[in-house]
Amino acid sequence: MTPLHRALMAVAALCLVGLFFLPMWEITLEAPQYPEGNELGILISIDKVEGAHENDLQNLNGLNHYIGMKKIEPDSIPELQWMKYIVGVLIGLGLLVAGIGKRSLILVWLGLLTAAGALGLYDFYMWEYDYGHDLDPHAAIKIPGMAYQPPLIGVQQLLNFKAHSWPASGFYMILVGAALAALTWWISRPKTKANA
Amino acid sequence: MKRLTLWSLLGLAIVASAVFVSCSKGGGKASVGAADAASAVYVAPGEKDEFYNFVSGGFSGQLAVYGLPSGRLFRVIPVFSVDPEKSWGFSEETKPMLMTSHGFIPWDDAHHPDMSQTDGVPDGKYVFINGNNTPRIARIDLKDFRTKEIIELPNSAGNHSSPFSTQNSEYVIAGTRFSVPIPNEDVSIDTYKEKFKGALSFIKMDKNSGAFNLAWQILMPGFDYDLARCGKGPSGDWMFYTCYNSEKANTMKEINASQNDKDFIVAVNWKKIEAFVAQGKGQIITSRYAHNVYNDETHSATSTIKTSVRVVTPADVPGCIYYIPTPKSPHGCDVDPSGEYIVGGGKLATVIPVMSFSKMIKAIESKAFDGEIDGISVLKYDACLAGEVKNPGLGPLHTEFDDKGNAYTSMFVSSEITKWSLKDFKVIDKVPTYYSIGHLCIPGGNSKKPWGKYVIAYNKITKDRYLPTGPELTQSAQLYDISGEKMKLLLDFPTIGEPHYAQAVPADLIAPNSTKIYKIENNKHPYVTRKEADARVERKGNEVHIYMTSIRSHFAPDNIEGVKVGDKVYWHVTNLEQDWDVPHGFAVLGNNNAELLIMPGETSTATWEPKYAGVYAFYCTDFCSALHQEMQGYVRVSGAGSSTPITWNNKK
Repeated sequence: MTPLHRALMAVAALCLVGLFFLPMWEITLEAPQYPEGNELGILISIDKVEGAHENDLQNLNGLNHYIGMKKIEPDSIPELQWMKYIVGVLIGLGLLVAGIGKRSLILVWLGLLTAAGALGLYDFYMWEYDYGHDLDPHAAIKIPGMAYQPPLIGVQQLLNFKAHSWPASGFYMILVGAALAALTWWISRPKTKANA
Repeated sequence: MKRLTLWSLLGLAIVASAVFVSCSKGGGKASVGAADAASAVYVAPGEKDEFYNFVSGGFSGQLAVYGLPSGRLFRVIPVFSVDPEKSWGFSEETKPMLMTSHGFIPWDDAHHPDMSQTDGVPDGKYVFINGNNTPRIARIDLKDFRTKEIIELPNSAGNHSSPFSTQNSEYVIAGTRFSVPIPNEDVSIDTYKEKFKGALSFIKMDKNSGAFNLAWQILMPGFDYDLARCGKGPSGDWMFYTCYNSEKANTMKEINASQNDKDFIVAVNWKKIEAFVAQGKGQIITSRYAHNVYNDETHSATSTIKTSVRVVTPADVPGCIYYIPTPKSPHGCDVDPSGEYIVGGGKLATVIPVMSFSKMIKAIESKAFDGEIDGISVLKYDACLAGEVKNPGLGPLHTEFDDKGNAYTSMFVSSEITKWSLKDFKVIDKVPTYYSIGHLCIPGGNSKKPWGKYVIAYNKITKDRYLPTGPELTQSAQLYDISGEKMKLLLDFPTIGEPHYAQAVPADLIAPNSTKIYKIENNKHPYVTRKEADARVERKGNEVHIYMTSIRSHFAPDNIEGVKVGDKVYWHVTNLEQDWDVPHGFAVLGNNNAELLIMPGETSTATWEPKYAGVYAFYCTDFCSALHQEMQGYVRVSGAGSSTPITWNNKK
């Protein structure tokens, strides 16, 4: 790996720093009472879950009591406490790969990144499942067979709300980091010795 | 494609109906093709109007908010009159807004909205409006469309030449239409000529907070000061007022105040008077007037009685006040966008006199005087006159201006709007109104920067224009397109009360600043309940204070016991919502006032004095949510001597 390759790899690792500032995922809830421009939104970051606008989370929790959904309380989600350390370790390892300059380690880093990402999505899905299915039996609105799990990715109608679930800017930073690392791996491949 | 088809169908339908209408009916309809007029005012469902139009509610005492060009009514802002729908004057928080030195007054007659200005251009912050009968001026905040301040004016009666803003809203001025003895005392009405004076009031406005302070009053000869307007640009230091009854008649004014060929426009250099007053000129006299202020953080109003005011007489402030003769009992007093022309609306005159500010200044400098009245120099008519608009119609009242050098004057008697040029004072166009137009309004048409797209006529009589509703018919406004040479009638729309003056400004001056919620953490109401866990009931002697919360879809508490006959119960309801357009209401059976309509983050209080033992229901009056019907509760009332303890539930 040349100094350029090492620099590229370092930049790839540092892309993950974006996760400390940018949300990874956004769920937007649209309804006749919450039309375009006035939707409710939730932004999910590595260390917090918050409303897209002031009071969105509070208003969403208020509405969700009708169907008996638990309140979304960021303090009760332990992942928000330790996910940042995992990201920190991944950044550290990425920089280490750049420092060592050994090409095959890039693949190891990419593997770890992918595994962490997949685990994160699985965890996200499980939380969605929990919120969507673990409903208060005394809720005012009970529809047999109805669950309120938002889609992992995509759009789904949940009663009067249309839930949009899409990656947000933080997630794209991960993709950019991964792409940069893959690119580094590719361009640092040993020159084929055509004349040898 | 589908959309296109729908549109063409709609177009066809409109054209078809237009043909039908034009075949079946005669004059007085839209003066352009009905289809053109319909499309010019059509604001499609979900689309928004281009202008806000703030129209005085006249004897309703309120201010109505319409959209233009659609003419749709959005809101009636309660100002001087109680409004049970919005609890205005009924909730404990708003009752002080309607206090005066004569006690609580639940009504007034509101005539002339004017908007705050920055550099002579409406800035969309506040609307001011007068209470004519018990003289008061109100300030309405356009962030939340609420009346925030009302100041009573002492030494006044018939507060009609009011309120008009200076070009940077340094002052909001007001003048009395009826002169009165000052100080007001028990004298024979026949002492009118000696004892009666006309007070012109200058209310200083704090540029940041908007707060009013009655800075001084000028005690003028006992004429009737009818309308007013501040100068702008070169004339920005001056105020102009029309006055009639220079005869100083006090009986049968219809005849006795219509004898002189000319009455006056009064020119007042307020900037110079401000400097005189700063030197301590004038005199502090005893007066009683109420000053009511609504606080955004406590969501409550306070009323204070003030006991003195500074007055100046024309003799205290030499060289500041002049009379300009003006034909026969002038009414409107309007200044063109350049600040050079002052247009008097001589309602009994056959011409519209246009005064020149620069000629007036020259006349003052060259002492072109024609006598004096009570120490005030009367300028020579011809020395001030820029020109007269000949044959404008009958009964000219008010004038507004466009951005192309034209003026538009309302003609009450001949029921028309006359468009004339400020260049040569020649009439360009006339268009009928239906009927008896009073005021008219062009967006920004009283300012340096008119948005000259429409003129709106506000009519006194509608006769056959709408479906009849008994002896009292709807009041009405009419919208005309003035973008071309000829004025074109586009739309009639009904209005509340009797509309007098109005203001219109582009929506983007106001809409982006509109308040959505009041933040609960900023709520400093003394009886706020910030969270459900704090909801409670407290007894203090025979007062019971209920600290109640409302959120979709329940009250906390919703079962209350221990109230007794003879108690005064205060329901302090805090709306915990922090979501736009989610007010909650509150009413309890037998409350002798009105519902509460509580905005998100606000606390409001209703009092209730139950008369008989029993259990009474209360409920949310604003359909807030799917389970609104369940948003209800009970309060138990025990006999006067009973020992039922105060208890309440808090959820469950």
